This record gives sequence, C-alpha cells and structure tokens, in this order.
Amino acid sequence: MIEVSGLTKFYGPRTAVSNLSFTVNTGEVVGFLGPNGAGKSTTMKILTGFMPASTGSVKVNGFDVFDHPIEVKRSVGYLPENPPVYMEMVVEDYLRFAARLHDVPKAKMKQAVDSAIERTGLSQVRKRIIGNLSKGYRQRVGLAQALVHDPKVLILDEPTVGLDPVQIIEIRELIKSLAGQHTVILSSHILPEVTATCQRIIVINRGQIVAQDSIERLTTRMRQGLVFQMDVKNPNERGIGAMKAIAGVKDIQVAGSRLQIEILPEQAELRDRIVEAAVRENMGVLEFSAEKLSLEEVFLQLTTQEHTV
Amino acid sequence: MNFSLKKAWTVASRDFRSYFTSPIAYIVIAGFLVIMGWMFFFNLSHFSLQNMQYKQYGMGKGMSITEGILRPLYGNMNVIFLFLVPFITMRLFAEERKMQTLQLLMTSPITLTEIIIGKFLSAFLLVLTMLGLTGIYPVILILCGNPDAGTLVANYTGTLLLASCYISIGVLFSAMTENQIVAGALTFAAGLFLWLINWASQSAGTFWADFLDYLSLIQHYNNFSQGIIDTTDVIFYFSFIGLGLFFTHRVLDSYRWR
Repeated sequence: MIEVSGLTKFYGPRTAVSNLSFTVNTGEVVGFLGPNGAGKSTTMKILTGFMPASTGSVKVNGFDVFDHPIEVKRSVGYLPENPPVYMEMVVEDYLRFAARLHDVPKAKMKQAVDSAIERTGLSQVRKRIIGNLSKGYRQRVGLAQALVHDPKVLILDEPTVGLDPVQIIEIRELIKSLAGQHTVILSSHILPEVTATCQRIIVINRGQIVAQDSIERLTTRMRQGLVFQMDVKNPNERGIGAMKAIAGVKDIQVAGSRLQIEILPEQAELRDRIVEAAVRENMGVLEFSAEKLSLEEVFLQLTTQEHTV
Repeated sequence: MNFSLKKAWTVASRDFRSYFTSPIAYIVIAGFLVIMGWMFFFNLSHFSLQNMQYKQYGMGKGMSITEGILRPLYGNMNVIFLFLVPFITMRLFAEERKMQTLQLLMTSPITLTEIIIGKFLSAFLLVLTMLGLTGIYPVILILCGNPDAGTLVANYTGTLLLASCYISIGVLFSAMTENQIVAGALTFAAGLFLWLINWASQSAGTFWADFLDYLSLIQHYNNFSQGIIDTTDVIFYFSFIGLGLFFTHRVLDSYRWR
C-alpha cells in the first residue's frame, strides 16, 4: 500500500531524513518511533504530499506522490502534529468542509460526517465551536477530519498528544479497530503507545531507520545476551576472574552477592560456560537470568548506539 | 492542469462565511457604510445647494449629477477600499499558516490554483456585498434626479475591478507571512504606492512618464469615472489581478519546498 524507497530530505544544508526505505502492507498498523527531531514528521509530510522529497520515491496506493498528488491525497487521511482545525467553526460544519475537500459526494455527506463523529466520540460537542473545546476534543476533531472520507491510508502524527488517559485508551482502541480495513501509520515518541496499537514498528533516529520489526522480535533480538544477572551464595575473586577470562565477556560488576555480567551481543551462547565457571569455583549459583529489556531500553539502545558510531 | 470551480467554491464559501463568524465583516461593512453615507449626504446637499444658487443668480446650467455627485462619490469610494481591503485580505493565508490549517488544504485533493482562486473569490464576494449595499445611493438619485445610467455602470465596474486589484495584492502579501498585521500593512503600502507611482511622471522623460502612468492603478480609473469602459483599462486590471495571483501561487509553492 505504501512503498518508500531511498527517501531523502534536506532542509537547506541539514539532512532531515536520509535514505529511508520501507513498505507498509494493506491493513497494517505501523508505528513510527523515534526521539523528537528524528524525522518522523518530515517523513509523514512527504507521504501526504504536503512536501516534496529531495530524492527518492514514495508510492501510496500505487500512485507516485510527486507525479499524482491529487490521487494520493484522495486516498490519504492525515492528522498533522497540530490538528488543522478552524477555531471559529462548528464541529459539524468543519467536518462537512473537510469531507467536501476530499470529494465526498453530496449524497453520502451526512452519513460520512455522522460516522466520523460517532467513531471519535464527538456526539456531545458536534454543535459547538471548535475554539471553545478543550485540547483533547480538538485533537479528536482533527482525527475525525482524517477519517471523514474513509481513506484507505491514515497517517497520524502523534495522535494521542494532549489527551487524558481515558481518551488515550479510547483513541488507541479506535486505531486498533481501523486495522484490517485501513492502512495506518502513526508516529510517537511514547513507547507504550506503539506497543498498544501497532503490529510493527519502524525506529528512526537522526533521519535514518535503525530498526524495523514486529515488537516481539525487536525486544527478543535486543535481549539476546548483553546483560545477565547472577545471584550467588559465595562471591569470590577467583570465580569472577575465571568468568572474566572467557572470551566474549565484556564486563562484570559486583554488587554484594549479585553479579551483572555483560556479554557481547553475538556471544549469547556463552551462558553455559559462565555458569560452569561459577559452579567450578564453588560460588553457589542461586539464580541466573537474562535481564529483561523493556521496549524503552531497546529504544534507548537503538537510538544511543547511533551516537557512538 | 484541470481547474474545478466547485473545489474553489468549497474554499471560497468557507472563507466567506468565516468573515461573518468573526467580527471582521461587520466592522468593515459598518465602517464602510457610515463613511459612504456621510459622504453621499454631503455630496448631495452641497450639490443641491450649488445648483440652487446657480439658478437663483441666473448663472446658467449648474453641474450635472455625474460631475457633482457620481465622480466624487465613487472616487472617494476607491480611496476607502484602499484602506479597507487590507483588513479583508490580511487573514486569508496568514491565519491559515499561523493556525497550520493550510496543511489541511495542502494535503487535500485540491490544487493550489483552486485554493488561491477560492481565497480571492471570498474577498471578492465581500467587496461585492459592500458595493451592493451602496446601491441605495443610485436608487435615491434616480428617484429625485436623472443620473446617467452608463456612468453609474462604469463606476461600479471600475470600482469593482480596482478593489479586485487591491484584493490580489492582499492575497499575495497574506501568503508571504504568518503575521496578519504585516500582511495588512504591506498590502496598504503597496496599494498606495501603486496608486501614487505616476507622481514621478511629471519629471520623467516621455517614455517613463507613459510607463509610470500606465502602471498607476488610479490612472486607469479615470475613464471609468467618466462613464467610459475602455478595454485597455479592463485588460490592465485583469492582468494585474492575474499577476498577483500568479505570484501568490509561486510563493505558496516555494513554501512547500523549503
């Protein structure tokens, strides 16, 4: 449904996005994850045809964004970072305007607006002026605007910003319910959000893709080795020395009876030799476990690795 | 490029309506009508007084309604539009840029040309409404006098065209900045300058004098005020409007590329 290849965008001398390539299949919900300023919004602006790319190509629904912007825009619903709402308009009128802009035929107008209002929970405020609504409601009006023409592709830039916890859960449920019939790309710098709604994540940092995978595989991949914890009865220098001597062990930190053993990622299969060494030196192993990495830590590792390169 | 008036109308009708959901339309229209009414009243009373004196002292025929009322009235109306149009146009793009609603338009299946024409039309319709409300003056004149219908039509046509030129300038400056005040001030300054530009023609050589006269917005109005609709003037105004909107297109397009 969405094919991006070699996408690069310069802002003057600064590279905002460099050589991004990915595809999103029909019905998938994909999360764009990255720290602030990583290039998420820029990528989304290019996908929606708001901004042209410096090089590279983007195809949405089979149409090239640069050559056929109108066809692409017709099949995309976009919620920018700040909901593009007219403060002086009434919610209903605004949605009708958005629908007319997106070529919703007159006969289907009422139904389209009603269903967008219902899906985003705006029924109570449909006759109110947008400027008088709270930030959360404005955000929902923005979302309703993206949904009103029932687009094949939804591009949501930080859709839950400014919402209260209850609303966040509602919007997440809404996004999940869109999967299957709609292709959704959403961006976020909040990890639980992505975990809660997306099937696949693309992590970008400094304009480059640092990882793209399903959430489970990404966390397991990062959890392989790296840091293990060992609780022992009898920590002794010889044992620790023996473990350190094993090739592939990077560092061991001792805190009382707990050892933090760091191994090079590709050496994860060293585990039995480490335990063996501990048993041989009579350390009295009580527990040996891989330190579980949350998505936060994965994310931090991925995005900070870049710094050291 | 295929242009759809329906799409432009979607934008125009929203903007036209939003003039009336904010105080702008009411303030501009009320201010305009108060000033115009004031002028019309004094033009009329001055004119009738003068004509009475002419008759009283047997000085022959006094001024015609065209000379005594229509020309000063519609001439002044042009000046007032010069002041008021910036208030009408300043928000058109500046506000959309500031509130980031321009993103909605630019990511919708509508071309930039349609958006710009739509914006222009919304301001044009407001000016048309204002002009329509001044229709009461000709009605009064017809009821108690015999004004020249041709002159009236020419004056309205000329005023509408001249005001459209101001709108075109206003749309351009509004697209250039996020700040409405800046957009309005620049529109007024540019409009006034293009009006006065032929002042320099008195001291310039023949070619430059003609050139500056040709550029001057008000110079092209002279014929209209005398009841003449000259295609040269009409073409000048149309090209001026077209050029302004073309530049607007370039400005907004370049904004995407930055």
